[in-house]
Amino acid sequence: MSATIATHVNGAPVYYDHSGEHHPPNSTMLGFWLYLMSDCLIFAVLFAVYAVLGRSYAAGPSGADLFDLPLVAANTALLLFSSITYGFAMIAMQARKKSQVLAWLAVTGLLGLGFLGIELYEFQHLIHEGAGPGRSAFLSSFFTLVGTHGLHVTFGCIWLVTLMLQVRKLGLTPANRRRLMCLSMFWHFLDVVWIGVFTFVYLMGVL
Amino acid sequence: MAANHAHGHADHLDGEADFHVSYKGYFTGFILSVILTAIPFWLVMGKVLPSAKVTGFVILGFAAVQMVVHMIYFLHMNAKIEGGWSMLALLFTIVLVVIMMAGSIWVMYHMNTNMMPTPDPAAMRNMP
Repeated sequence: MSATIATHVNGAPVYYDHSGEHHPPNSTMLGFWLYLMSDCLIFAVLFAVYAVLGRSYAAGPSGADLFDLPLVAANTALLLFSSITYGFAMIAMQARKKSQVLAWLAVTGLLGLGFLGIELYEFQHLIHEGAGPGRSAFLSSFFTLVGTHGLHVTFGCIWLVTLMLQVRKLGLTPANRRRLMCLSMFWHFLDVVWIGVFTFVYLMGVL
Repeated sequence: MAANHAHGHADHLDGEADFHVSYKGYFTGFILSVILTAIPFWLVMGKVLPSAKVTGFVILGFAAVQMVVHMIYFLHMNAKIEGGWSMLALLFTIVLVVIMMAGSIWVMYHMNTNMMPTPDPAAMRNMP
């Protein structure tokens, strides 16, 4: 399709610009969903690597020796709460209540930071005990998988703060609402990945 | 026509009609997730089932159900949004993930069992 369509009004041509803000309905959300699906494949590969290497301890510590399940449960709870608080932000966005959106986003961000804090504490603790990523194939794949998830949460937090500033400055404009919807999908997607992590890595690791 | 269409977009965002959210949906999803998270942790931490293998399969089942719950209540997934393309992409991804996971585990398991014998574990332990 050509970028412009010319029609004639009183003999003079009139041009409509089709290349600018006009686009087929839903393209952003579908595109973002496709990105999430490709991200899902990254995690699937890392999960497969962990499935293959997760029991290769190289005579080092195993998951049962290392994992602190109450800490993992706390982390899971933080992420789950952050999911519902993000949901509240979306509900507030639907009602066009800017200050409520900002408040719930702030709560979500704090829960995300809490998650990252616990995860960094756990990693630091493991490395301090000599169970760093270089210790065994199991620990290499563990740090890669859980670290990649943590990195995603980190970028989610950065994105969240960016959006809070945008919403504060520009309000709940269509563009900002679209961005909030994308981040909503990203955030909930990370929670889905975390279900796989706590089940497959932590719970099955101590079995 | 183009002008009309553009005007209609002024205050309504693409995909927003697909994205109607409610407290009820989020609370339902949240409560289900809490239950579906608590049971696996309880099963493992309390060593409820006698067999570790059975526990493993049971908690994997809970994880699968919880992922579906999150997809429906948090990611608002259904067969209608984006004209079904989201669901199609999701199904395609699931197929790829299953092939990748099952294939890797299967192939590597066979390779491990068919590998040449390694030196005895005591010697392995003293290796650098």
